[in-house]
Amino acid sequence: MADLTTLRRSPLAHLTDRMAQASHGAVGLSETACTGMVSVRVSAESSAAERIATVLGAPLPAACGEVTSGEVTSAGDHHALWLGPDEWLVVTGTDPVALADQLEAAVGDDPGLVLDVSANRTVLELTGPKARNVLEKGCPVDLHPRAFGPGRAVSTTLARVPVLLWQTGEPTYRLLPRSSFADYVSRWVLDAMVEHTG
Amino acid sequence: MLLLTCPWCGPRDETEYHYGGQAHVPYPEDPDALSDEEWAENLFFRDNPAGPFAERWSHTAGCRRWFNVVRDTATYDVLEVYTGAAPAATQPGVAR
Repeated sequence: MADLTTLRRSPLAHLTDRMAQASHGAVGLSETACTGMVSVRVSAESSAAERIATVLGAPLPAACGEVTSGEVTSAGDHHALWLGPDEWLVVTGTDPVALADQLEAAVGDDPGLVLDVSANRTVLELTGPKARNVLEKGCPVDLHPRAFGPGRAVSTTLARVPVLLWQTGEPTYRLLPRSSFADYVSRWVLDAMVEHTG
Repeated sequence: MLLLTCPWCGPRDETEYHYGGQAHVPYPEDPDALSDEEWAENLFFRDNPAGPFAERWSHTAGCRRWFNVVRDTATYDVLEVYTGAAPAATQPGVAR
């Protein structure tokens, strides 16, 4: 079969240059295009959840805000983000189609759903000492270190549209908006960055 | 702005939620037996107390789960947050 990945186009391809130009000094924005993502829905107490944990190399997170990471192969690692009591998003550095097949086999005959949703969201990375100031202009979640920190991810809104907000490092946040919102979110963030990048 | 505590996600701003109207409105046991007027009452007529009121909320921007809140409509105090079909029987004006 033809390699369909050559047909993939990032929803923010037209803004790559603008993001690069606007990124200097205290804050920077970039897109990690075409990141693999797999949606998992299964009962947290089921044996299917345990088999999924084996595939991922880490248990599914149990509570809001938690992220679990498992390094399985040298090809990349998996991060499971909590979306709901029976819903998770696995962000993977490996081939999402192969991972979805593996996870589907892990669910087996138990009730559950595994779906490759890589095109559903894109990944924006906001980094720099002023990254939190930029997000606080339009995010209702308390991002102060006393309430939020590296290794935490929540589903919330940014500039009134839904995003997944994931802090990966001390000054680094990943924003996962839906592809259809990606243009709006990145333009909003670029505007919010202006005061820090001049 | 209300600060509602989602049973799964913790305290979040009202803007993350969607309002679902009065809680614990039962579906008619025998829908065929209802007259048009009774149907209209069941569908469109809701309590409007000045005081504690049990209402449904959905955390649309978060975990997307429905839950119930007892809110004082006069003071906007959130008195109780709970899930499932069990109404907070201790709250006046809630049990139907």
